[in-house]
Formats: sequence, C-alpha cells, structure tokens
Amino acid sequence: MDNAAEVQEREDSIKGVGCSRKRKEDARFVQGTGRYTDDLKLPGMLFADMVRSPYAHARIKSINKEKALALPGVHAVLTADDLKPLNLHWMPTLAGDVQAVLADEKVHFQYQEVAVVIADDRYIAADAIELVEVEYEELDVLVDPHRSMDDDAPILREDLVGKMDGAHSKRVHDNHIFNWQAGEKEATDRVFEQAEITVKQEMYYPRVHPCPMETCGCVASFDKINEHLTVHLTSQAPHVVRTVVSMLSGIPESKIRIVSPDIGGGFGNKVGIYPGYVVSIVASIVLGVPVKWVEDRMENISTTAFARDYHMTGELAADSEGRIKALRVNVLADHGAFDACADPSKFPAGLMHICTGSYDIPVAHLNVDGVYTNKAPGGVAYRCSFRVTEAVYVIERTIDVLAQKLGIDKAEIRRRNFVKAEQFPYQTCLGWELDSGDYHTALEKVLDAVDYEALRKEQQEKRAQGELMGIGLCTFTEIVGAGPSRNCDILGVGMFDSAEIRVHPTGSVMARMGTITQGQGHQTTYAQIIATELGISSDEISIEEGDTDTAPYGLGTYGSRSTPVGGAATAVAARKIRAKAQKIAAHLLEVSENDLEWEVDRFKVKGVPGQEKTMKEVAWAAYNNVPEGMEPGLEAVDYYDPPNFTYPFGIYLCVVDIDKATGETSVRRFYALDDCGTRINPMIIEGQIHGGLTEGFAVAMGQEMPFDEQGNLLGNTLMDYFVPTFVETPHWETDYTVTPSPHHPLGAKGVAESPHVGSIPCFTSAVVDAFAHLDVTHMNMPHSAYRVWQKVHELGLDQHA
Amino acid sequence: MAKQHVSFNLNGKHVDALVEPRELLVHTIRETLSLTGTHIGCESSHCGACTVDLDGKSVKSCTVLAVQADGAELKTVEGLADADGLHAVQQAFIEEHGLQCGFCTPGMLIRAYRFLQENPNPTEEEIRWGMSGNLCRCTGYQNIVKAVQTAAQTLQQA
Repeated sequence: MDNAAEVQEREDSIKGVGCSRKRKEDARFVQGTGRYTDDLKLPGMLFADMVRSPYAHARIKSINKEKALALPGVHAVLTADDLKPLNLHWMPTLAGDVQAVLADEKVHFQYQEVAVVIADDRYIAADAIELVEVEYEELDVLVDPHRSMDDDAPILREDLVGKMDGAHSKRVHDNHIFNWQAGEKEATDRVFEQAEITVKQEMYYPRVHPCPMETCGCVASFDKINEHLTVHLTSQAPHVVRTVVSMLSGIPESKIRIVSPDIGGGFGNKVGIYPGYVVSIVASIVLGVPVKWVEDRMENISTTAFARDYHMTGELAADSEGRIKALRVNVLADHGAFDACADPSKFPAGLMHICTGSYDIPVAHLNVDGVYTNKAPGGVAYRCSFRVTEAVYVIERTIDVLAQKLGIDKAEIRRRNFVKAEQFPYQTCLGWELDSGDYHTALEKVLDAVDYEALRKEQQEKRAQGELMGIGLCTFTEIVGAGPSRNCDILGVGMFDSAEIRVHPTGSVMARMGTITQGQGHQTTYAQIIATELGISSDEISIEEGDTDTAPYGLGTYGSRSTPVGGAATAVAARKIRAKAQKIAAHLLEVSENDLEWEVDRFKVKGVPGQEKTMKEVAWAAYNNVPEGMEPGLEAVDYYDPPNFTYPFGIYLCVVDIDKATGETSVRRFYALDDCGTRINPMIIEGQIHGGLTEGFAVAMGQEMPFDEQGNLLGNTLMDYFVPTFVETPHWETDYTVTPSPHHPLGAKGVAESPHVGSIPCFTSAVVDAFAHLDVTHMNMPHSAYRVWQKVHELGLDQHA
Repeated sequence: MAKQHVSFNLNGKHVDALVEPRELLVHTIRETLSLTGTHIGCESSHCGACTVDLDGKSVKSCTVLAVQADGAELKTVEGLADADGLHAVQQAFIEEHGLQCGFCTPGMLIRAYRFLQENPNPTEEEIRWGMSGNLCRCTGYQNIVKAVQTAAQTLQQA
C-alpha cells in the first residue's frame, strides 16, 4: 500500500468530520430501551394532574377541595393560596414578566392551571380533578390583539395596572407589553416618500404549536434528609432550569440535579419552564416523595408554549428596476396573557431584525408592539432561531409582491438585490454582520436543476388552459447560534456553550457538553468532531449531555446553536488537548515541539520517516511520562463565547398544482438547496432537512390554533391540529453548496432549522403564484384546501363556463 | 375498584397481571410490566407511538383496554430482536437513518413488522398508506419509507 492510501485508510477508520457515520443513538431507540422522562419510575412516586380553567377570562370566586381530598389515593390538592407562603404562586418568565404558577384570583386563558392534584396514580388523579369544585365569574374576553390597546378593552393583568415601566420599554396601555424598534425610522420614511415604487403587504403568521411527539413532563424527587433535589424533565436547557429552580426555591445549585434524559423532540416547546414543573417540585418537597407530571396532548397544545402569532406589514421601496432602496416592517405581536417568550433578554422580538434577508438594503426600520390577550403564554422559536421564521416570511413575501408589481420574475428580482459574494462579511442596516454567503451561485444551481424556464413555460400553458400551477421561491438567510455574550443572555447568563473532553490512558474518550440532543444526533456528530481533531476513532468516543451533575454549564439546544456554539467549544477543547499532546509527543521523541507535524492520528517528526507517536501512545504517556513541570492527564474544558452568529442560507423552489374543485394543493416538486458551511455528517444533515421541510409544510398548509370570541381554543387535539402523515408529506429533493463560516473553528453553521424557516414562505409563494396572474399578491396561511377553495370560489374559477 | 386477572403472551412469554377494568393496555405494558419501549403520544389513537401487535394486527394500545388483551398474543418493540440479533426492520431503520428523537420509533417498527407481513413487496405508495397511522415529527418520513423498502428486500432474501 502506498503512503497516501495508507493515510486515507487511517482517515476513514476515524469516522470524523464529513463522514455519514451511522448514529450511535439508534441501537437503544430501535430496541425500545431509550429512557424518556415518562419511563422513569421511582419508589413511592405519586402523580400530579392539573385542574384547568374552562374560561379564558374569569375571576375565581372559590375553590372547594374537600371532595377531591376525600377520594382514596389523593394526597394533596394545591392552589395558589397554598403556594403563596412559599412565594411560588407566581414565577418570573424568561422575558422579564411574571406568570401565575397556579391561577391567583383570576384566570387569564382557557386551560390555565388552577389547582394541582397529587394522587397515587394517574387514574386517581384524573378522577380527583373532576371533584375539585371551582366557582368562576366570567369576565369580558380579549381575543383580538388589534383591540388590546383600545380604550375600552378589558384589562387583563391587574397585577400590572399602573406599572408603565415594562421590561423592555415604556408601556402605553395596561395591555401593552413593549415597543421595540430597530433601524432608522426617519431615514427610512424619507426614502419611502421619494421612492419610484413602493409596495405594502399585510400578512398574518398564525399562532402554531411545535407539537413534539413526546409531550412535556417531569419527575421531581426531593431527598429530605440530604436536602437534595433531583428533577428529570423534558428540557432543552437543563442547566438554565437548575439556575432558575435555585433562584425560585433558595436551594443551592450544588444541591439541585437536573437531568434531561432522552427527549422525544423539542422544536422549541421544551425551552420554557412550566407550572407543571414548579408544582411537581413543590409537591415533592412538601410530601417527601417523588412526583411525576406528564401532559396529555390537549394540555400540550393548549398551554405549553405556542409559537409565532405575528401580525405583520412589510413594505419595500424600490426603483423601477426593482432595486430595493428601503424596507419597513411593522409587527403587532400577540403574546397571550403572560410574556413568556423565550428570547435573549435584550431582544423582545427575538432576532426579527434579520428581516433584511439575503438582500443589500440600504436602510430599514422595524417596529414591534407586543400586547396581552386572553391566550396561553409562549412565543417560542418553533424549529427556528428566535423569530427568524417570521423575519424571513415578511421579507420573502414582500419581495415577491414587489416583483409582481413590477412584472419582474421573482428569481430575477432576487438576483438584482442579493448581497454579492464579494460583499461578505456584510453589515446589514439593522445591525448584523452576515459572516459569509454566495447566494447567486446557489440560486443558479437550483434554477438549472429544476429547469426553471421550462417550468415557467409549462405554467403559461397551464394558465391558458385554466389550470392552477404555482412556482414558489424562497432565498433565505438565517441567523443561528446564539450567541455572542455581548448581546445575548438568558436571565443574565451569557449564551456561551461548553465542552469537557477527557482522554483516558488507553486512548478512548469521554466528552460532555452543555447542550442536549433531542433527535439531532449529538452523540454521533460531536464524536466526529473530536475524532478529526484528536485522531481517535469516533467509535471510541462517548458523548454525554443533559445531566447537570456531570456536564459543564451550557445554555442548551435550540435556535440551531449546538453546532455553532457547542460544536465550536468541542473543537476548541479538543485543540487544547492536541496542543498538550504535542508537547508530550515532543518529549517522547526528544525533539522540539516545532519539529512535529500532525497527520490524521499521530505526530511525526518532519523529514524523519518512522519517527512518530500516535495519539494513543501520547495518551498513555500523559498518565506516566510527561515533560518536567507538566501536570499529568489529558483533558480540557472550553467555554465558547462565539464572536458572531452563523448565517446559513438556502434556495428553495416549490411547484404546486391546485385542484379547482376542492382547493387541494398538491406539492409536485420541492427542491431544497442548503448551505450550512462545513458539513459534519451529511446523512444527519439530510435527515434534519427532511424533518424541517415537513414541519414547514405542516405550518404552511394546515397548522393553526384558532380561537372563538370567548377565547375557546378550537383546535387542540391531533384530530384538529395538523400533523402531516406519510400520505400528505411531499417527497423532498435536497442539494447543497458549501460556504464555510469564517469565524467558526470548523467553518460550520447551524442547519436543522433552515428547512423550516425557508420552506414556509416558499409554500406560500407557490400557492400565491398559482393565482398571481389574477392579481393575487398574498394569501394568509394555512393554505388548507378549504381556505384555498375560498380563494378559487371568490375568483369564480370554480364556475363552469 | 376490583381488579381483574388477565393473562396473555407477551413477546413469547406468558404473563399474568391484575388490572383495573378501565386500565388501558399501554399503561399495563409500561407501568405494570415495565416495558417502556411502547410510548404514549396522544392517548387518542392518532399518533401511533403506542402501536403494539395484538393477535397479528397492529393496534394502538392507548385505546385498548388491558382486559381486551386477555388470552392474546402480544408483541412490542422489545420482542422484535431475537438471539440472532436485530430484526430486519430494526437494522433497516439504523441503515437508512429512519429515526431521530426515537419517540415514534417503537410504534413505527412494530407497525412495519406487521405491514411487511401483510404486504411483503410494497410500492412506495403502499408503504405510505400502510404506515399512515403512525406520526413522526422529526424525519419527514422519507427515510422511514426507505427503511421499510430496505427491510422488505432483506426479508425477501431471507
């Protein structure tokens, strides 16, 4: 075997970065030995279940627990009055507001937690909640956020009346949460006044729910003798939970162990801290036994963290060639009854100011008002990075409208406005530095792959025959990997992340991170990063996350931050180890460090064939033969504070055919090109993209949480709430380009949320495009058959000649 | 509530259990018998995470009473592998990356196991319809379809 082949063989055997390594997680999952929160059974464990409000807005006149307490097997019924002495009837939210743990005198949304029953098993608990008698006095309900700041609107938050200093701004009405702005208002307005062309489009991004297969839940276990609290829970951020629990309970963090075991999907739903967790912890402390709480599906969709609910207006000013001169975006954000958005503290509208998208826009202004309504709290990032989905939707929709007004093809108008490859790093007018990108190359690759011109020609023919065919395009840029601690923190903790790597004497590795996998395959991919950096086979590298007793502190997994932040920490920690290993290797080979070069899995003396030490040999020496003055061992920790976000991008194209009789939209083709920089595991990336596209399809085509005038949620079961099956889900075609991030140690960017963020406006673009020749510029989601049929009917397209 | 005696064959072993008349089969399997591979996703027959094989049919054990399983032949995900190793459907899900968070996986596998006996040589469309009682939020189904195709080939060659 020649040298190059031998080196390649060693490289392949390591299964490092770039390899489609099969997942380490799968063996346990396919055999039913995954360990999810509800699988945990502790001796003496009791079950908690919630009494919930049937009303969206009502005063609680009385709560009678007697009948419930009389039921055999019931141990306790707790209400806000029971939590008051502990000062736990309200809790702080991540957004600087407070939220009732159990309703205190008033309920603010339907299904709000009013009391908790603790019983021997879930059947008795379910019986008991029916026996808790709550007397309500109904109040006027506020459902429409456009009415929130009316003079005669019912005031929701009596606890905030007269407190006009909000967490993020002055409040101008008792139902107002914040006003937040980015960019230059006057300069933007001036451009609009003088522009050749302006367009304005109102759009509603409906309230939706991440709806992971596993609902939220926990098992709280307080050891009275050692005063030690252990909580297993479905959390995407276990370390933050530990800090919050400590702050709320007064128990030192050193006596709190939070464990996120296997998690059955998160998608943002499992970022928050919910009343169910708090009452389970309180009940375990009070009763001295473990307490389990697990939501059912209706509770999940109704109460734990919705997403979106943005009423947006996008405006573009341009010249007659379609070159954008300014962007203006206005948002009315419905936050529900408590502001429990999970965003970096400084950004009450998340990263909405990435709404300039992939375009070179000289000036822009964004204005967001958040208001209260009688709906559940939330506002999490559903498979996206803090309102990026909303931002991409508003710019992509509005640029389509501009193209339509000017009669310019929607691909061409993007070509004319893209930030050019040579402009990176590019400073957006709303304050972000796009680190890298090559949008033109990616766009042409997609247009060629699908033969865009042929599609447009076919569409002309179809239109002539009276058929509805639409072509959607979305050319998005994301902002993921929160984030630099100079502008990103959660409750004051900077949004770094961490990795701790230990190389054992025999050269195997144990590594722990502050992130937590929920299906992304961290046990597989983090090992690949270490494998490449240290030359140790990924099969000999074990990855652990989620246990705050053992893992280093990190901010968790959401907003596509694991690879940009946790992956970077992993690479940097591994490089610290390799730097130490190099010193040991030099010592063993009796040469200077600088005489050594690295090759796959070993240090070689430059120019002296055969003089080499493998990482495994160095690992052994690290425990018995280190240079004078060096501490033994071979391990490292890194807390990585990213210098910038990463900015993955993609070009998505969708072709739909719409049935005029039924309004059903058939996705004939969906072509997704993603650029996430360096690709760590192509198999996993493709799987993540399939999943994200399918969630995007769900949002665009069917998901919504409608409310009636009384604030009743009309769709909180899987009968009503759209989760696509095998049958509806389209076939996905994927493609990629590689534009590495210049600041990430591996050049990698986040990826798993791009397909959700990018596909949603692409579907809308396609559906609207089917009607574009009839002067339709926008249709609100979801594009369900009934709603699309309504448009068909309105236009008279279903009438026979 | 007076408990009822039930007995059934679970993954090849005879099992006796005392259950409440109202007890759901999924709770008996998970809580009483401590086989937690079968998951609960919706408690309303929609998601299929709780799918088990009962007398040669795929059923959603969240809407079957334990007493209805008296005398039945039951198989759960834990009963798929044998002394020779993983079942072809398990191996195929790993090979084709047909799972991510793993929560729907046991139900998917036990459904695929039955589906491929109902239709050993399915088309993609037949797979999509035949598996459509099981929901997944992670994979977008495409790789699950591939996994079922791969498993079908393996089983045909065996």
